[in-house]
Amino acid sequence: MTIELFIQYLFAGITYGSIYAIVAIGFNIIYNTTGIINFAQGEFVMLGGMISISLLDFMPLACAIILAVAITMVIGAFIEIVFIRWLAAPSVLRMIIITIGISILIREAALYIWGEGVRSLPYFTGSAITAVGIFGARISPQVLWVVGACGLTVLALSFFFKATPVGREMRACAANRKAAILCGINTGNMVTFSFVLSAGIGALAGCMMSPITYTQYDSGTALAIKGFTVAILGGLGNVGGAVAAGLLLGVVEAFSVSVVPLAFQDVISIAILLIILFIRPNGLFASKEAAGLRAF
Amino acid sequence: MRRLLFLIPLVLAIAAVHLLCAWTGTLYYLTQMTMSAYYSLLVIGLCVVMGYAGQISLGHAGFFAIGGYLAAAFTTRNLAGLQDALPVRMLDAAGLLVSGRDVYGGAQLVVTPWAACVAAVLAAALIALLIGIPVLKLKGHYLAMATLGFGIIIYKIALAVPYFGGADGISEVPPFNLLPGLAITGGSANRIANYYIAWTLVLLGVTLLWNLIHSRVGRALRAIHGSERAADSIGVDTARYKLYTFMLSAVFAALAGVFLTHYNGGIGPSEAGVMKSVRYVAIVAVGGMAHIWGALVMGTLLNFLSLRGVFGTYDDAVFGAILILIMLFAPEGILQTGIMDRLRRLVSRREED
Amino acid sequence: MALLEVDSLRRCFGGLVAVKDVSFAVEKGVIKAVIGPNGAGKTTLFNLISRALAPTAGRVRFDGCDLQGKKPHQVASMGMARTFQNIEMFSGMTALENVMVGCHVRSRAGFLASMFALPWTRPEERKIRERSLALLDLLGLADLADKEAAGLAFGQQRAVEFARALAMEPTLLLLDEPAAGLNIYETAEVGRLITRIRDLGVTILLVEHDMSLVMEISDEIVVLSFGQVIAQGPPQAIQQDPDVVRIYLGE
Repeated sequence: MTIELFIQYLFAGITYGSIYAIVAIGFNIIYNTTGIINFAQGEFVMLGGMISISLLDFMPLACAIILAVAITMVIGAFIEIVFIRWLAAPSVLRMIIITIGISILIREAALYIWGEGVRSLPYFTGSAITAVGIFGARISPQVLWVVGACGLTVLALSFFFKATPVGREMRACAANRKAAILCGINTGNMVTFSFVLSAGIGALAGCMMSPITYTQYDSGTALAIKGFTVAILGGLGNVGGAVAAGLLLGVVEAFSVSVVPLAFQDVISIAILLIILFIRPNGLFASKEAAGLRAF
Repeated sequence: MRRLLFLIPLVLAIAAVHLLCAWTGTLYYLTQMTMSAYYSLLVIGLCVVMGYAGQISLGHAGFFAIGGYLAAAFTTRNLAGLQDALPVRMLDAAGLLVSGRDVYGGAQLVVTPWAACVAAVLAAALIALLIGIPVLKLKGHYLAMATLGFGIIIYKIALAVPYFGGADGISEVPPFNLLPGLAITGGSANRIANYYIAWTLVLLGVTLLWNLIHSRVGRALRAIHGSERAADSIGVDTARYKLYTFMLSAVFAALAGVFLTHYNGGIGPSEAGVMKSVRYVAIVAVGGMAHIWGALVMGTLLNFLSLRGVFGTYDDAVFGAILILIMLFAPEGILQTGIMDRLRRLVSRREED
Repeated sequence: MALLEVDSLRRCFGGLVAVKDVSFAVEKGVIKAVIGPNGAGKTTLFNLISRALAPTAGRVRFDGCDLQGKKPHQVASMGMARTFQNIEMFSGMTALENVMVGCHVRSRAGFLASMFALPWTRPEERKIRERSLALLDLLGLADLADKEAAGLAFGQQRAVEFARALAMEPTLLLLDEPAAGLNIYETAEVGRLITRIRDLGVTILLVEHDMSLVMEISDEIVVLSFGQVIAQGPPQAIQQDPDVVRIYLGE
């Protein structure tokens, strides 16, 4: 493998990896405040892409993206308020099935609105053939957009959780829900907020990746599986772990293209998911004892 | 066999549907009723896994596809070119191969449907065993995702491997001659016979599962569902019981796949799709999780409506909506337990007399 | 040889040593109590003995057999039964069915035999039912047999849990705080029940907070504090042990 090809693969891996990381962070935010895995997480990504593509007919790109993210956030809030909020102590099985049902409805609605066609946003700068040279490899500027946006999202999130009152309340809610209620935190609102937040970052990722990967009504499912793989790999609920695991999975997947037929590419990440679930369900970075303590 | 009295209403219902269709001149409905029967066979197996052993599986379409695809591939893929290879010669000597002519008149050598059926079901059981050992150690979200992942892998394999026909699937699957003069095939001449074959299989399945859940094993399974810790402390080998139940349901699913594939004359990748698995879970949920009758009735009804095209292009959306509505408003299923319990008590009281 | 031998058992959670080199033996036919302040590691010790938790170090021998590497259900089928501090009824099942599950290890109808309802499974099933009814009767619960177990009063659930454990025909019965949540009358009732079970030939090891109960029924007592054994002996000796008095009454 030439050094140029190596860098090409590496950047492809980092691009996809940062998207996976963002989806995984979306899983984590909701998981942390509710203990629910939101199976409809991938649909937020699809919605972000689709809505911004439709809005592009009426406004410039930047506005379309911002509005698409805002609309998806509203949808996230709507879902939480209508389907989740009023359930008293639902079982895990019930929540799994409800969020799967939601993802099906969103997908079917998208099929009805946008049809089966593959769509995409234009490249943010330049076109499909514009390239920047890095160490001799030719990299699309969109890659830089994706990586930059994802990096900024992670930074903004960690600032939000550490330094703002709402962020701190959400963390309190994640650490101990009952204690949070006793401290006067409205945990119901925190849950709604976690759905809004993860819908928003999902939609943003959907816009960023659309020029490269295209968007289709059913592109959410595969992303959700990969995002979940990454969330597990990094340790469920662990945002920093998600970033590292996302990049790892992206790079592994990118390099596997040179070995495994393209048709089996998705099989690879699912196989990784299964193996991780079987041997290290607490993630690569968590110590077994820490996880054990958390369970008590 | 007073214990089997509960089957009488089912037998009567099966005959009544036939007579009703004959009377109203709508015998063509029996085709969808036959197909629904096979789907119901899968659903009642999944019902025991979900309702009694308390394990969710979002990958059961995978087992259906393993059964259907292997049966289809074995009975259609020509081995004539490999005639001299040792395994093929051994199969031939054992009487497991049948030769004929393909549509172009070329020599064709394929596996007999019986042998293919046995192989397909065994393969499904084996895969359930290998997958089940690690997967069933997981709980909640992890279990759901792992079974979902398994389903997707099967789907991708069906789609990507040329042996299984890619996006077109496998067609021209021959009839399955169960007994001389009794073939599983889709022609209208065989419609009534096939209706009864399918429902006999369902009756058999229901009987076996009914026996199982009303036995020492069934009690242990419900105990696992109630409190796994306590079941363990009482000496129930919870891991093994969950695994056996999972394998049993995989066998049911694979059998359904084999029979339906012969009936339809083919199988395509959509049978392995995630939406199918979700649909089966939806049906079990609507039926009330731990109610074989509920699963059977809802499985037949919903599949029949879906196959008749009543839901039109909203087919998947309907099942998604059903899932949400049931889980939000009636997590115990819509055939609320009251009626079923009263019926069951009636039956069991008669049994004790 | 003692029925149960616990030999330098140790269990750590992260840096915390919950059970620290605990050793003691339980002779056949006695009632032995483990007492100690909250957080002394009593329930952890129980979980280690019944193999619900694996020890970090040390051994447990039951009936002459090393339990190293055994699963909880294997230990149970060897004749060790246990109850739980927070009562674990099988929800959705009647009191009778709960006890019938207890007969699991003493019956043998498996998956295939059950599915095909082989002829011999029916008498076995009848025997299980009769035995379970007899046990409920023994504990004065006969008229609650068809009630859903999880809906019974606390004391009744405790009794069903006892019946369920006895259905296993255990040689050793571990009771985790059998009097927790009971009033004094019910506690006295449980005390009588425990001695009656002992008289049936079942050895009993219990963890308990209620000192009057422990002093009244136990033949021997082990005192734990911060995961360590600080005293062992008959009730009178324990009552006069200065270390024990200090721990319970403060310095």
